[in-house]
Amino acid sequence: MQTRAPSSSDNCLLDVQGLRTWFHTRAGVIKAVDGVSLQVKPGEILGLVGESGSGKTVTGFSLMNLVDKPGRIRADRLFFDGRDLQALSAKEYRALRGNEMAMIFQDPMMTLNPTLRVDTQMIETVRAHEPVSRRAARARSIDMLVKVGIPAPEERMGVYPHHLSGGMRQRIAIAMALLNSPKLIIADEPTTALDVTIQGQILYEVQKLCREMGTALIWITHDLAIVSGLADRLAVMYAGRIVESAPTADIVRGARHAYTHGLMASIPTFDTRGRNLFQIPGSTPSPLNMPAGCPFRTRCYRASPQCVEAPVFEEAAPEHGVSCWHPGVEA
Amino acid sequence: MTALVFAALYLVGDPVSMLASPEATEAERELIRQSLGLNLPLWRQYLIFLNKALVHLDFGNSFLTGEPAIRLILERMPATLELATVAMLMAVLIGVPLGIYAGLKPEDFGARSVMTGSVLGFSLPNFWVGLMLIMVFAVFLHWLPAGGRGPLQPFGPIQLSVFSWDGWRSLILPVSTIAVAKCALIIRVTRAATRECLPLDYIKFARARGLSEARVLGVHLLKNIMIPIVTIAGLEYGQVFAFAVVTETVFSWPGMGKLLIDSIITLDRPVVVAYLMLTVVFLSLLNLVVDVIYTVLDPRVQTKAGA
Amino acid sequence: MTAMDAALESPAAPAQRESMLRLFAEQFLTSRLAVLGLALLVLFLCLAIFAPWIVPQNPFDIGKLNIMDSKLPPGSASSSGAMTHWLGTDGQARDVFSAILYGLRISLVVGLVSVSAAFAIGATVGLISAYFGGRIDALLMRIVDIQLSFPAILVALVLLAVLGKGVDKVIYALVAVQWAYFARAARGAAIVERNKEYVQAARCMSLSWQRILWRHIFPNCIPPLMVIATIDLAHAIALEATLSFLGVGVPVTEPSLGMLISNGFEFMMSGAYWIAFYPGIALALVVVAINLVGDHLRDILNPRNEI
Repeated sequence: MQTRAPSSSDNCLLDVQGLRTWFHTRAGVIKAVDGVSLQVKPGEILGLVGESGSGKTVTGFSLMNLVDKPGRIRADRLFFDGRDLQALSAKEYRALRGNEMAMIFQDPMMTLNPTLRVDTQMIETVRAHEPVSRRAARARSIDMLVKVGIPAPEERMGVYPHHLSGGMRQRIAIAMALLNSPKLIIADEPTTALDVTIQGQILYEVQKLCREMGTALIWITHDLAIVSGLADRLAVMYAGRIVESAPTADIVRGARHAYTHGLMASIPTFDTRGRNLFQIPGSTPSPLNMPAGCPFRTRCYRASPQCVEAPVFEEAAPEHGVSCWHPGVEA
Repeated sequence: MTALVFAALYLVGDPVSMLASPEATEAERELIRQSLGLNLPLWRQYLIFLNKALVHLDFGNSFLTGEPAIRLILERMPATLELATVAMLMAVLIGVPLGIYAGLKPEDFGARSVMTGSVLGFSLPNFWVGLMLIMVFAVFLHWLPAGGRGPLQPFGPIQLSVFSWDGWRSLILPVSTIAVAKCALIIRVTRAATRECLPLDYIKFARARGLSEARVLGVHLLKNIMIPIVTIAGLEYGQVFAFAVVTETVFSWPGMGKLLIDSIITLDRPVVVAYLMLTVVFLSLLNLVVDVIYTVLDPRVQTKAGA
Repeated sequence: MTAMDAALESPAAPAQRESMLRLFAEQFLTSRLAVLGLALLVLFLCLAIFAPWIVPQNPFDIGKLNIMDSKLPPGSASSSGAMTHWLGTDGQARDVFSAILYGLRISLVVGLVSVSAAFAIGATVGLISAYFGGRIDALLMRIVDIQLSFPAILVALVLLAVLGKGVDKVIYALVAVQWAYFARAARGAAIVERNKEYVQAARCMSLSWQRILWRHIFPNCIPPLMVIATIDLAHAIALEATLSFLGVGVPVTEPSLGMLISNGFEFMMSGAYWIAFYPGIALALVVVAINLVGDHLRDILNPRNEI
């Protein structure tokens, strides 16, 4: 059942409010994603930043409805292109995946099936969503390989994945995501497993392609430095919640949440050369044992007794949301 | 290897006493002994055997019927082949889907029953299963014959019974007997392989691309788990061939296995030796074929061939 | 001997072992099927041990048998009225229930003895092979591999053809078939242990290799070997039954369950099914019970091994 709801947020491609993905295990309930709200406009690039265990990958999977049991996804609002994702049947969701919403995974070595050839895997992606002939699908795949910068694409089509390097494989994965001209791509740390030089290339090419094709992109990463050159907006996640969300320039100039400050300060730059690197004290709390109220409370230098109550996500400045009782630009 | 078997068999028992009638005089027994070459010293017998076997492929004649041992065995091989092949096919065709199901939803009641059933399947002795099947289907229900092979039709150089409905009626019980244990094994292997493969990234990626579940399981998963399954199925095929001995006895199936038992009991040594030689050759060939199939199925193994 | 030597030589403190036993027992109790299997096993063991006192009739005392009582269906009274044949009588007027109990004894004895002997021989070979490595390892494992590539039943058949009939011969054949599994498993476990530090420490102490092997390495290899021993026990009993069924196993004078089934086979078509059926059920129950226990043991002790 497709419902075109009147979106209160104008012009939004993806509108997520209060996303909660909880895993009901025997050891307890793991609240991997606990109240995440995101908005992505068409063609916009959003950087979702967080450390390991912050729930960013699970957020990506939740949007695609790829969370395995015992996880359950709930949201106050989960709208994509005007459609309510929570009202979709499994079949409708499957028609959406790989078609209008695509995903790129982290480890290119494991993403492609080692026993199937590249062309098989690309052609099946096209034909799963559109009744085209094999020849047409093949042609489209080769075109896309050219676009992502793979030399001699016809030859590459006929090989098995293990014949290719990591960078090549990731480009093929990106090509596969772009094959059906999706409106949104969710990229889960796609360059983390690659060499630094290849990282830069892929970043540049992905940015170029998204601008060309008007595809919105959510780039999930732990590396604030990388994504700040790429993204239009940044959203910072901590312990399953979004703690700050703003245009990239705003965050770089003046982040308001203590955690974001910490992240920015930890990036080694030219200025910090020769000095001790800044570290946020403490470590991420276990998902089974979250402190009550603000999850960052135990490590925050601004913490006060008020922080035992969970802070609300509010706009501290135009388009700049923060979840903190003591937002502020000063360190 | 051959020397060992030869020596062991020939040192024990006196086939002449089995073959000659009890009233035969010593002179008559001596005649028989001479005609069979048993009066020669052991090492000479062995050399003669080797010479005939390797050069002329002549394993000697059966003490019992006088026919060449090799011919006896080869005559009955198609029957055993038929039994083994159909049984193995059945085991794979039933076992793989069940194993995938058990691996997909391991906590389901259905999946757990399948696994418990598989323990039953490979623990119950082969002949017991056969006996039970005969009791139920032949004795009580009178649906199927209790033994023997169905009508034969030529298939190239050999004769098979699979082409007629009657042939199948005789085939189904012995085949099921063998298939039960092998099916159980295949279910377990498939389940283990499925559980290993399902959480891997490429399965998730296939789902993320919107591929139908049928394709994800039937192509992506299957191609990966077929590798260990085919390997094990191939090796088990050799075991089935040998174990057919029991099933053929229970169902009076005229195959190689029954011949072997009879030959052992009557001390018909040439046949036993020939059977063992053939088995060794067959098993070695089978291992070779399985290795080749493995390299064909798993593209990662072909490293330098035409990348 | 310094204090360090003494510390190294003394076995693990008893207090530690007790809590490990308790942990093991707790884990074992998690599977109801396995507990059921264990209970069945204990029951069978008691039945077998106390057979002479439990049975209503001694099936081997020919004098006591009344030929008028033969082939009586289950539940009928004997002609002398002294007892009820709960499971019927066979062709020689033997009470099936009594025969089963005595047959159980033989089956269990053959199984336990052969597995123990195979365990001893196989573990020794495997441990020595792993400890010394090099050419000894290569040679021993070559022999093991050749042995394992042959279907068990063929090896057993050939051996029995050579050795003839008899309970002890059957045990030899079974040992010969099984020792290779133990050898392979023991070697695998020992190789893992060999590289651990406590072995190197023991070597530094110049302890004799026998000491190191038996008192240090071996105890740590026991868990996987126990799993194999349990499952092998089921295989041994099933294999013995199969061999007896085929007519090459235990002699008629000491019938195991397999022999009883074989005897009853001919009566199946004429309607006296119980002669083969009940011994068959007994055999199946024993084997399945052992396998259930062994399967669960494997889950507890070898969590990575799913097959």
